Amino acid sequence: MADNYTRFVNGGLGKKLSKQLGLPRPAILRRYVPDAPLTVGPVLVVSDDASAADADALAKALMTWDVDVRRTPEDAGDARWGGVVLVGTAAETPEAVSEAVLALGGTLRRLAGNGRVVVVSRAAEAGDSPTLAATRAGFEGFTRSVGKELRDGATANGVQLTGGAAVDSASALGTLRFFLSAKSAYVDGQVLPVGPSEAPSDVDWERPLAGKVAVVTGAARGIGAAIARTLARDGAKVVVVDVPAAGESLAAVANEVKGTAVQLDVTAADAGTKILEAARHLGGLDILVHNAGILRDKLLANMKPAQWDAVIAVNLASQLRINEQLLAAGVEGLRIVSLASTSGIAGGKGQTNYAYSKSGVIGHTAATAPLVAELGGTANAVAPGFIETEMTRSIPFGTREVGRRVLPSLQQGGLPLDVAEAIAFLSSPAADGVNGQVLRVCGQSMLGK
Amino acid sequence: MSTTPSPVPSTREAVIIGGNRIPFSRAGKKYVRTSNQDMFTAALEGLVARFGLQGERLGEVAGGAVLKHSKNFNLIRESVLGSSLAPTTPAYDVQQACATGLEAAIAVTNKIKLGQIESAIAGGTDTVSDAPIVVSDRLRAALLDANHAKTTGGKLKALAAIRPKDLAPVSPSTGEPRTHLSMGEHQAITTAKWGITREDQDEVAYNSHQNLARAWESGFFDDLVTPYKGLTRDDNMRPDTSLEKLAKLKPVFGAKLGEQATMTAGNSTPLTDGASAVLFSSRAWAEERDLPILAKFVDAETAAVDFVHGHEGLLMAPAAAVPRLLARNDLRLEDIDFFEIHEAFASTVLTTLAAWEDEEYCRTELGLDGALGKIDRSKLNVNGSSLAAGHPFAATGGRIIATAAKLVAAKAAETGQPARALISVCAAGGLGAVAIVESV
Repeated sequence: MADNYTRFVNGGLGKKLSKQLGLPRPAILRRYVPDAPLTVGPVLVVSDDASAADADALAKALMTWDVDVRRTPEDAGDARWGGVVLVGTAAETPEAVSEAVLALGGTLRRLAGNGRVVVVSRAAEAGDSPTLAATRAGFEGFTRSVGKELRDGATANGVQLTGGAAVDSASALGTLRFFLSAKSAYVDGQVLPVGPSEAPSDVDWERPLAGKVAVVTGAARGIGAAIARTLARDGAKVVVVDVPAAGESLAAVANEVKGTAVQLDVTAADAGTKILEAARHLGGLDILVHNAGILRDKLLANMKPAQWDAVIAVNLASQLRINEQLLAAGVEGLRIVSLASTSGIAGGKGQTNYAYSKSGVIGHTAATAPLVAELGGTANAVAPGFIETEMTRSIPFGTREVGRRVLPSLQQGGLPLDVAEAIAFLSSPAADGVNGQVLRVCGQSMLGK
Repeated sequence: MSTTPSPVPSTREAVIIGGNRIPFSRAGKKYVRTSNQDMFTAALEGLVARFGLQGERLGEVAGGAVLKHSKNFNLIRESVLGSSLAPTTPAYDVQQACATGLEAAIAVTNKIKLGQIESAIAGGTDTVSDAPIVVSDRLRAALLDANHAKTTGGKLKALAAIRPKDLAPVSPSTGEPRTHLSMGEHQAITTAKWGITREDQDEVAYNSHQNLARAWESGFFDDLVTPYKGLTRDDNMRPDTSLEKLAKLKPVFGAKLGEQATMTAGNSTPLTDGASAVLFSSRAWAEERDLPILAKFVDAETAAVDFVHGHEGLLMAPAAAVPRLLARNDLRLEDIDFFEIHEAFASTVLTTLAAWEDEEYCRTELGLDGALGKIDRSKLNVNGSSLAAGHPFAATGGRIIATAAKLVAAKAAETGQPARALISVCAAGGLGAVAIVESV
């Protein structure tokens, strides 16, 4: 549900008024509903000459998803573009990409509301010549800049292939599909590195998590409950975990998603073992979402030990301990997704404890990734920006409006569902090539790096 | 009067998978205007969530309430229909005063053992805060007459018989219909007869609060209780009470006994609201779903005593039921690891234990060769009982069964040896129900 202001400026009077006054006019974002078309209109695939073969491969894949694919801008007719995919995977010099990016630029005025720009490129890697590295790295800043230029709920994101990943591997396609779809409604300006994938390419895109067992901590309300609902929607059997005191709403979530409720404090010494045990009864743990988190905001000058320690214990130390126990148990093919935060990247004032914990999450995710990879798993983090929850409703009006309108390109807060969609994507079999990454779900907020 | 017990016929096992209850709350506090159906539905929902039973058709759900409005004739079935269980799950109401919950468990486990059903939930609920109010018999008669009258004149004549004093509601009471004595007054007589001291009773109460509080702190109830209406723990619990504080309370029952009056608000259970539910099944049903098995519900026995003519104390039936149950299962008191004796009053526990230790009583009243024996007090209500948790009549059985099952499972896991719990619940009407729960 969009916030009141967003609804107002999208109505008759509000639309007129906000236009005349030059007020921000956030769009009503399109969100995923089953069986709806992937994009709002036809998708154009453009590339530089060298990348034409990769562009062909992607266009072919898009067609298997019932997407109306065009290869030249002139093909549009009167239609507005649902998406434009710029492929620069094989470009070797900065000069060589000029024609393709300008072709993209020529389409932006005809990009539909909630349209998508996805830039598919290769990461600059060790051993690249300076010219090649420049060519490749350039796409990163380019993508973010395009994101800021777009309006009406349109977004720009990047699939950045690493380690020689094939452009039509399951992970590359899965990431491309996520960015093109309504599931990435609040993901904007993100360039996600995607490595080689061993996942089979015949993915059931409507129920990608069928047969999987997922555990979600902090699932009694807010973002955690949305994650549980989304993973269940995608076919997973879900174990919802929260502190015993939150048991009533936890049970309601469990019964809603036909899952299992476990009343457990994630800071308990044996939390990992208990999580494994609960998942074992359903067939074994496949996905763990570390969502449980608390806030104890205070200026560092006034911070009491209990306020610091509680945040570190819940938001960070619990994840470390649980991961250690799961690794020790040798859980295979495990997908770990941890909740970081844009505050963990930018560091909000009065949030030193929270920022430390969330920045720590980003740190341990990178370090955990190679450890779980040995067992065929992945570890990633999702960093939400301003999300409309009970928690953010308590933020003072001024701060809240800055967080919502001014900082993100999309000029609004995201929904718990938007965070959940990113987590469901990272948990899906097709995302096996995405490991050790932090995916921001922030509407391209200017906070942070 | 003693008969040789028949051996327990061999049937398949009924196992306990787990339980759930809402935190118990003193009457008039958190659950004011919360109905029995609301509370039992909440207990069911927590159980469904704990074991992922959404949409599952269970063999049956049995339970009841002691204080029940006539509109709730299908209380348990209505609760099932309001839950996430399959609406094709049958249900029925049971009522045996404070033994309702345990009697419901006996009924469903027997059906499981006989192979009539594979799975079941037994439990109970009671509210004193939302108890039905009854009108006087004279008012009721006048209203019924008016309803039956055919003419307006006849209706008016019937209603004219109503006198102002008839309009006063009859407040709910736990008094015995045949003796007009409250349960407390009955127990005060039994307490005095057995010479149970005030100090002993206060100690039982003190231990109950201490044990329950420790169990809560250790997380024992994390998978046995689901918070409800903002209440996360039993609000009758007083971890800070002391023997000194308990000793200061004035006796509330047995005023006629003068100095022998020993029963206070501290060593008697308060009126309480709450609900509980326990999931039972055949072993195969649990294994097919890979659900944990805590224990098996081995056997049960009910008894009744003649309290009307003053021969026996109102709440002494379990004293008679336990020896019969032990004999049938070839067990002695020493074979029991946990004694879960419902604390209707601290003195109920103590008079029951005194009776088992009394050689003459056991010989003449129970038909035994000698005293049944003395129990190790460190095995008694180790995680607290009704004095601390409170006692929503029909919900107590479910609370105790789930606690006992978890206790024996933990003990067996720790020692590698089988562990047993003996459950004993006394009830109004001179009734009692007892059961054995054993680790698997």
